[in-house]
Amino acid sequence: MKFLDTPSSPHVHPAGGVTQVMLRVIYALVPGLVAYVYFFGWGVVINIVIAAVVSLGAEALMLALRRRPLRPFLTDASALVTAMLLGASLPPLAPWWLVTIAALFAIVVAKHLYGGLGYNPFNPAMVGYAVVLISFPREMTAWLPPHLPDVTSLGFVDTLRYSLLGHLPKGLNLDAVTMATPLDAMKTQLGLDKTVGEIVAGSPVFGALAGKGWEWINGLYLAGGLWLIQRRVITWQIPAGMLGSLFLLALFFYVGDPGAHASPLFELFSGAAMLGAFFIATDPVSAATTPRGRLYYGAGIGVLTFVIRTWGGYPDGVAFAVLLMNMAAPTIDYYTQPRVFGHGKE
Amino acid sequence: MSRRLWHFHGGLHLAAHKDESMREEVLPTRLPSRLVLPLQQHIGEPAEPVVTVGEQVLKGQVVARAHGYVSAPVHASSSGTVVAIEERPVAHPSGLSAPCIVIETDGREKWRRRESRIDDFTALDPSELRNRIREAGIVGLGGAGFPAFIKLNPGTAKVKTLILNGAECEPYITCDAMLMRQRPREIVEGLRIMRHALQAERCLIGIEDNKPRAIEALRQALAEAGLGDVEVVAVPTRYPAGGEKQLIKVLTGQEVPSHGLPLNIGVVCHNVGTAAAVYRAIAVGEPLLSRVVTVTGRGVSRPRNLEVLIGTPIGALLAECGPERGDLDRLIMGGPMMGFALHTDEAPVVKTTNCILAATHEDVVPDRPALPCIRCGECTRVCPVDLLPQQLYWHARAKDFDKVQDYNLFDCIECGCCAYVCPSHLPLVQYYRFAKTEIWAKEREKEKADIARRRHEFRQARLEREKAEREARHRQKREALAKDKSKGKGADQAAEQSKKAAIKEAMERAKAKRAAAGVTPKNTENLSEEQRRQIEQAEARRKANARPGDDDNAARVSDKESE
Repeated sequence: MKFLDTPSSPHVHPAGGVTQVMLRVIYALVPGLVAYVYFFGWGVVINIVIAAVVSLGAEALMLALRRRPLRPFLTDASALVTAMLLGASLPPLAPWWLVTIAALFAIVVAKHLYGGLGYNPFNPAMVGYAVVLISFPREMTAWLPPHLPDVTSLGFVDTLRYSLLGHLPKGLNLDAVTMATPLDAMKTQLGLDKTVGEIVAGSPVFGALAGKGWEWINGLYLAGGLWLIQRRVITWQIPAGMLGSLFLLALFFYVGDPGAHASPLFELFSGAAMLGAFFIATDPVSAATTPRGRLYYGAGIGVLTFVIRTWGGYPDGVAFAVLLMNMAAPTIDYYTQPRVFGHGKE
Repeated sequence: MSRRLWHFHGGLHLAAHKDESMREEVLPTRLPSRLVLPLQQHIGEPAEPVVTVGEQVLKGQVVARAHGYVSAPVHASSSGTVVAIEERPVAHPSGLSAPCIVIETDGREKWRRRESRIDDFTALDPSELRNRIREAGIVGLGGAGFPAFIKLNPGTAKVKTLILNGAECEPYITCDAMLMRQRPREIVEGLRIMRHALQAERCLIGIEDNKPRAIEALRQALAEAGLGDVEVVAVPTRYPAGGEKQLIKVLTGQEVPSHGLPLNIGVVCHNVGTAAAVYRAIAVGEPLLSRVVTVTGRGVSRPRNLEVLIGTPIGALLAECGPERGDLDRLIMGGPMMGFALHTDEAPVVKTTNCILAATHEDVVPDRPALPCIRCGECTRVCPVDLLPQQLYWHARAKDFDKVQDYNLFDCIECGCCAYVCPSHLPLVQYYRFAKTEIWAKEREKEKADIARRRHEFRQARLEREKAEREARHRQKREALAKDKSKGKGADQAAEQSKKAAIKEAMERAKAKRAAAGVTPKNTENLSEEQRRQIEQAEARRKANARPGDDDNAARVSDKESE
């Protein structure tokens, strides 16, 4: 009996693969996204759908142009993850072209021009987000107040009409329906020499821990992230590094002057802190890969996030922090190689 | 008994699939009609045939002797006739053939005179024990196949711990487990011999805790043998706990230095099967002729362990394990993690064959298309050596062989954990093997080039030296000659002068004598003018006629020149 095909060892593998990794990331995102939709309306869904269609289309186009097989790369679900992260990051009330530009830039430039899946040095979703944040500041600050009984909110049709045609219902303008995010409100008013206590008391966007709605969304991202760690899709080092350093820095300044600095928990449950820690910073392709390196990488993102939030020009800093640390990842990896078995204790 | 155990990084919990092949007792196989004995079944130099085609051989007779120190002899595992010494397909990942001695068995199992049994091995010098073990052709039966006698020779080093490895961490394989269950006494006696050869201070037997019956059997055998100080340690079941370096770490907390040997930290590790073979060689006087082999996988209907003669074709072995199923995907020698797929079932069982896995699609995963590495780091998490498999992969792929060594490629034990977990299905181990082979080839080439360069340089130096020597010799000669000449000239002159002086003196003396005696001059003296003229004319005539030929020749030459 002869065997022509003699595959190399190991001959056994667990089920699953890249697609399963990506799908699990998507499942873990769902609870947080549901809360996002609950508090901020259908715009989130519309954004995700537009981002998904554009991402998959761009992915297919780029694969065809690069003469790569379509099926394995379209079904790996990585473009879908990028689209969902964009949908989770962009303001709920965004025009279609804003979402389209972000998704196009993410897939075409940040991903495929660098070589496609596995080769991008920067997180594609964050590159797309940063491009529209810098280019279209007005649209990017069109945040809605959380959906609460006493606040007028837009329905699905009105949101869709705004997204596609740019019209709001009669009698409403953008300024009337939008409101600063808790992070933005905090930053702006701290700049006006108000104390944290005054700010929180004076605005309806603040909740028990952080912003109304935002604390729920962040809490659910945290839960999804913990599930990802349990399923071994991500490792604990990056979230621990990022949230740990953000917490410690915030605590340091908060203890020093509680009136001029928001509480550490406010920092952790506001904006994109949890989304960033578990879903964005952990993008394996653009992150550090050694166990120790991941801790430093995460810590760097936490520090930069705090620095940008506190002293920078943007209310939230996760996207820029991630992109900056993406640049540092290869160096971090180089200097944090583990001690190899039998190589003497360091 | 709770003993402190240590931990190695990474590793995997794998589905064991061991029960399937442990339902039946170990039984010997039927004698095959032909035995194929490869000359190389061990690490080191291949053995040298000492029989010729057509020769009758007896069971246990040496058919090929060890060649060099790191080598092992091969014995006829049954009696019969040598029918060929030629290249045959052997079990090797390359699928290439290798020189083998083929014996047609006669079914009589006729033994050569056995070695004498040694009842009291403690009376023997360790070196004598090692010689016996060497002559019995015993190599590491755990899979590596390193000649056992070398690992029983500590030289000047002190052996603190002798470890018997019964971990058997790879899925499906159960030959060691069955041996420990059924022949624990042989293992324990072998251990005793090994301990004496090594003069080891203490002994441990490491077994994965998923084999409680084997652990129990060995503990009982040790108690019966009165070896209360030897401890059987149940180690946590985690692949690759049976790797030599991993087991040593778990049991002693010590790490074998990179590029070093266990002996460097006072440890020697042998497989339990090797211990049993040592016992048979010393106490029974039998060389290594057979071993226990697991035949398993869904490709056979009766998975079990068999006592198999070395050289038995794998096809014959499979035939004893029930009808094969049609959907056999591949035949693996070894386990599913580190074993290799065979090209043919004609290849024989060798000393290192621990398992034949007849695998169907239910046992193994067909090759899947690889996706790009997404740098997830799962490989780093499971690597038992704490390497960065992903970095190794990138550099091996780029053929950057310096970088790949910077990332400690040669510490990789090829356990396959990284490739097992890789979500992109990259054949990582394959990349590492490729890089290692390339580096070895390059080193060999460099060595060759170095030798050639050294030889060239040596030759150049020799030529230069010879030239210089020649010149020096010539110079010396010239100088000596010049000295001789200048010395000779002076002497000649002096001699000539003295001669002239003597002649002058003599002439003067003669003149004086003549003058004194008044002697008449000769008739040629005092000639008249007329007489002188006549003489000259006669002389001229004679000259003109003397050699006419000479003139002819001269004329001819001048003719020729003018042509």
